[in-house]
Amino acid sequence: MHWSLIIYAGVITFVTRFSMIFLLKKDILNDRAKKILSFVPAAIFPAIIFPPIFLDTEGFLDLENNPKVLAAIFAIIIGFFSKNIIFTIFAGLMSYWFLIFVYYQ
Amino acid sequence: MNNRLKILIKGIIDVSPLMIPVVPFGIIYGVIGMDLGIGPYMTLGLSIIIFGGASQIVLLQLFSGGASSLVILSSVGAVNARHVLYGAVLSEHLSGLKLSWKIILSYVMTDQAFAVSNNYFKDNNKNNSQHYHLLGSGFTCWTIWQISTILGIVLGSVIPEKLGLSFTISLTFLALLIGDFRKFKNIIVMLVSGVVATIGYNIIPFKAYIIVAALSALTVATLLTLINLKKK
Repeated sequence: MHWSLIIYAGVITFVTRFSMIFLLKKDILNDRAKKILSFVPAAIFPAIIFPPIFLDTEGFLDLENNPKVLAAIFAIIIGFFSKNIIFTIFAGLMSYWFLIFVYYQ
Repeated sequence: MNNRLKILIKGIIDVSPLMIPVVPFGIIYGVIGMDLGIGPYMTLGLSIIIFGGASQIVLLQLFSGGASSLVILSSVGAVNARHVLYGAVLSEHLSGLKLSWKIILSYVMTDQAFAVSNNYFKDNNKNNSQHYHLLGSGFTCWTIWQISTILGIVLGSVIPEKLGLSFTISLTFLALLIGDFRKFKNIIVMLVSGVVATIGYNIIPFKAYIIVAALSALTVATLLTLINLKKK
């Protein structure tokens, strides 16, 4: 690998982060645009969450006895009621460990 | 205590629980770099110059598969495209800052830092030192990422793979959405994003499934917003 490839990749990454912060001026966005942009976390994070949970290592849909799906559902329930980020992560991880180390053994 | 320092520390505290999965992820990245034989300096160099876990791993995967530079850089662009949307969301709060601030904050704007600082900005809109929150959350991510990369380079795979810690990445992002679980429209948007990404994972080239899913979900969000406006 050549350092130039790394630097180009770094520049691309930086430009994606910097572009809008640099280009958009204050109050350029109307209320409707702001309302739509408020959906950005809901529009992006599930795209990061779903594939590793629902797909196996070969990329096939895995729904039978999938501990990740069950643990994620448990985490969602805990998150819904507790509204606490740390509880949600730990509930998901603990239930996942229970499933893979105790239940499925 | 100085108000700015307080906000900076708040940023560090807010992002800290989200750093749990970053440590094993950074270690895995360091191990992959060493396994591919690019050496310790380049492995750490990627973490410092690119500073984006997913982009770095995609770059290494494609490089080891013999992909051309054009394919590698297109994929890095596609993986990073979501940051354009983060920037658009945060621009409202950061547009008044000096250029040097914008450069520094852009460099450290990761998913996790964006998520916690965006929530903080929404609640503290009038505070003119609010950007210190993103400085705190962003540099916490940066520091943890560099340390865990070094751990991976030096120690190798110290964390057993069977613990399944990669699953905590999904859990962190899930936990970041708990505020959306009670809103019907947000649930629809989340489902569209997740389903499109899962289907697109295998069929969309250049690892662009995240931005394709995000734009599909935002299109649905736009439609839902417009329908809602018409009703009023």
